[in-house]
Order: sequence, then C-alpha cells, then structure tokens
Amino acid sequence: MNSLGKKQLSDGVAYAILLIFALFFVLPVFVMLNTSLKALSDAQNSTMWSFPAQLSLAGFIRAFEKLGSGLLNSLFLTVPATILSSLIGSINGYCLSKWKFKGSNWLFTMVLFGMFIPYQSILIPLVNFMQKVGLYNSLGSLIAVHVIYGIPITTLIFRNYYATIPDELVEAGRIDGAGIVSIYWRIFLPISLPSFVVVAIWQFTNIWNEFLFAVTLTSSPETQPVTVALQNLSGSMISQWDTQMAGAIIASAPCLLIYVLLGKYFVGGMLAGSVKG
Amino acid sequence: MKRSGKERWLSFLIFAPSVAAVFIFVYGFIGWSAFISLTDWRGLIPSYEIVGLKQYASLMAHPRFQRDMINTGVFTLIFLAGNLFFGLVLAALLDRRLRGTNFFRNLFMFPMAVSFVVSGTVWVWIFNPNSGLNAVFQLFGFDSGKWGWITDPKMAMYCVAMAAIWQMAGFTMAQYLAGMKGVSDDIREAARIDGAGEVQVFRHIILPQLWPVTVGAIVVLSHISLKIFDLIFVMTQGGPARATDMPGIFMFETTFRGDFFARGAAIGIVMLIMAALLIIPYLVYSRRMDA
Repeated sequence: MNSLGKKQLSDGVAYAILLIFALFFVLPVFVMLNTSLKALSDAQNSTMWSFPAQLSLAGFIRAFEKLGSGLLNSLFLTVPATILSSLIGSINGYCLSKWKFKGSNWLFTMVLFGMFIPYQSILIPLVNFMQKVGLYNSLGSLIAVHVIYGIPITTLIFRNYYATIPDELVEAGRIDGAGIVSIYWRIFLPISLPSFVVVAIWQFTNIWNEFLFAVTLTSSPETQPVTVALQNLSGSMISQWDTQMAGAIIASAPCLLIYVLLGKYFVGGMLAGSVKG
Repeated sequence: MKRSGKERWLSFLIFAPSVAAVFIFVYGFIGWSAFISLTDWRGLIPSYEIVGLKQYASLMAHPRFQRDMINTGVFTLIFLAGNLFFGLVLAALLDRRLRGTNFFRNLFMFPMAVSFVVSGTVWVWIFNPNSGLNAVFQLFGFDSGKWGWITDPKMAMYCVAMAAIWQMAGFTMAQYLAGMKGVSDDIREAARIDGAGEVQVFRHIILPQLWPVTVGAIVVLSHISLKIFDLIFVMTQGGPARATDMPGIFMFETTFRGDFFARGAAIGIVMLIMAALLIIPYLVYSRRMDA
C-alpha cells in the first residue's frame, strides 16, 4: 500500500473511533432532549429509546413550576458571588504580583491551601457558624461561602495574569504621581478583561452547579438553589421522566449557554482551577 | 517588585481581609472540626467533652467506614483508568488535526459545564434495569433482562464510575492535548525522516514527554474521587447495600441525618488528611519541576 492510501486508512480509523466516542458523549443529551419533549404517557421505560410519538412541552411546564424559584435563587446567589469574588481576586492578585510586601509570598501560599481542602472538613463549623450569625438558610450564607472559598482560586488566576504584565506600567503610573489604588483603577483594571472573563466563567459555573454547600446551608424551597430543587424534583416525581429530563435541561441551560458562547475561556479557567476543592 | 513604606502597608491592608477570611473559614474551621472530632457530640445540643481519639478508633472499626475506604479505592482505580485511557486516546486522535477536530474537542468537553446533579439524574435512568441499556441490548438480540446495572451491587460501582468518566474524560483529554502541543513538530518530523511510523512517533517521542501531565491528571482526578459526593448522592445514595457508599456520603448522612456530629467531624478530618497526602507531595514535586 502506498503512503497516501495508508494515511487515508488511518484517518478513516481515527474518524471511526472519534464517532464512537461522540455517540457515548451525546447519549445522555439525546436521552434528556428526547424524553423532555414527550408526553408523560410516552416518556416511559419501555419507550425510552424511541422518538416522541408527539411533541409535548408538558414536562417543561411542570419542571418550570417545580424549579422556578430554585432558578431565581441560583441566579440571585451566583451573580453577586461571581462579581464579588472576581473583584476580590483581581485586587488581591494585583497587590501580590505588583506590590509585594514582606511575607506576601508566604501568606499567599497559606491562602492557596484553601482550595485543596475537601469541604467536608469544615462543614460542621460552617453550618454552626451560619446558624449563630443568623445567616443559615439564606442566600446570603451561600454568597458569603462562595466568595470566601473562591478567594484562593480567583487570586491565583489574577496573580498569574498580572505577573505577565511588565512592571514598567507601575513605574509609569508612579512617575505621574499615582498611588497603588489609582494605578490599579486607571491602568490594571482596564487591561484585566481577559482574566475577568476566565474567572467569572469559572466561578459562575462552579457556583451554579454546586451542591454540597447548597444542600447543607439551605433547608426550604424559598432559599434552595436549582441543584437542590432538581434533586428534590427527582425524588418526588419518580418515573415522571419527561419532567425530570426537562428539569435537568433547565438546570444546566445557563452553564451550557456560557460554554457554547465562551467555550475557549471556559477551558482557561478549567486548566487553572482544576484542583479546586 | 519590592516597594517602600506606605504603599507596602497599603498592599498588605488590601490583602489582609482575604487572609483573615481564609484563616477563619479554612484554618479556624479545620481546627474547630478537629476539636469536635475529639468530643462525643451527638444529638442536636453540642457537647464538648473530650474523649480523645475515640471517634477515629470507632471509625476504623466501623464496617461502613471500612467499606467506604475500599469503595473509594475501587472507584478511584476505575475512574482513573477510564479517564486516562479515554483522555489519552481522544487527545492522540485530535492531535492529528483532522478536519472537524474543534467540533469533537468541544463535544468531549461540554460535560464539564454540567453539574454532577444533572448528569446523575440522566445516567441513573440510563442504568435503570427496566429501560436504558438493557433495552438497547435487547434491540441487538441479547437477552439481558437479568442485568441489574445500578441496582446490582456488583455492577453499581461501574455505573457511577462510568457517569463520572463521562463527566471528566474531556478534562483529561484537554490536559493531554496541552501536553502534546508542547512536543515540537521538528522532533516528530526528524523521527519520521528516520523511518518511524505514526504509532512509533507516538510511543517513543510523544508518550514519554507526557509523564508530568499524567501525574498532574492523576492527582486532580484522585482529589475529585476521594471527596466525591453529589454524583453518588443523586445516583444511588450509596446503595445498593452500600456498594457505592463513600466517605462523603457517610459524613453527610451521619452528621445531617443522624446528628452524630463528632463522628462526622472525624470523617471530614480523615478526608482532609487523605487530600493532604495526595496534594502536598504533588506541590513539592511540581515546584521542583519548575525550578
């Protein structure tokens, strides 16, 4: 066989393997979409793999009824927590890379350790604490928790980013008589957009999808985020597969949308934050 | 860069609140957990009577905890093997830069954007013995009605591991792809001119350079598996017959369902120690690689 023929053959094999994997990856998506569009009578075990006999949005409507407040809770919790933790990470990273002080590297290492802990090791004191300060079962407690435990990763990403920016920018600002805060505000903040996008996507996705804090710090539907609401829906509507699958789509839609629109930034955060707790 | 006087102070003052928050919420709470784990607190009213290492001793002797540790080991092995194998194969295929590579890469990575709660909800139905895969096998003429999948204590662990692999294989692939990009085209070309085939180039040129990536992926994935909670909680709650029970599930149930706070704290501390044994050597190792 000549080498061109050989290349075509091996390309063909490569595509075949990729397609098999692609099937594996779309399998749950197919099940979700297909079932969510069925009528309840059609969304049964026996008809799991057949296409909808007729399209129905009843599952989506029921799922929205069950998940509506959870969606709003997730939104009201995720957006402020994402903005706050991005801003804190940015100013921290700026100070740690451009205004080092005695012991700053050591303190940073100590802070960084916070992203490696399994949260089970702080969970009981955390719940006690939130009960004592009256924040238990409120969105405020979840916002605080995500901002605080987000400090290590957001600071790390911004610190690494600012380390690539030449110190001469700081010098130029100082010659103009600017101090630490105004140099940040006028020079560094405007050029930080790429990092803000990476950090914001990373934080948004993680906070939106988070479950352990959500299920231990909230106890009523008025405050439960959508992940907990979906888990409750699955527990209470056993065998109502159309509603469950529609609920799964609704709960994951915001993050999937972000992934589709801003996928390349998503990867940046993923590689940086891969050992987060 | 070092600065003088006032600005150095300002820099410290800006960072200080974050340091304070982390010291309280991480170190302080770990300390508090460790303290609780030394007491006999059970029930809703805290009890701070010190009983030493009794909780740890009783955990080590507890059949459920022993089972959890074995389960964690088994799950980690399946999860690691599946991720490393899928990740490496997919990365090697995509590294050939065939047409459509971007599409496949995005497809393999989108599960990272989905929560374990969502994927668990779907996978648990796929592994339902009354529908799911049994129905697929029947289409192909296999009599598979007797397979219990997620309800079979022997198979359930593979089912939850498969869902977890689905979720994380794209991540492993991305790590390997980044590592492969670091292998220069010149070296590959030189090997080809010397008569090496593509498989040989991969085995002898690319693969040996991927060790740091593999070690990094093993650490990250093991870290995920030793603290795993959401996926198991949604899919099996640790069942059937504790076949998929993990320390994260035990900790949650014993603390928040059973009010055994001291025991829950002890499990949390054991999980922390396991994570530290994994992460600290890796950080030392990667710092040495950087230097």
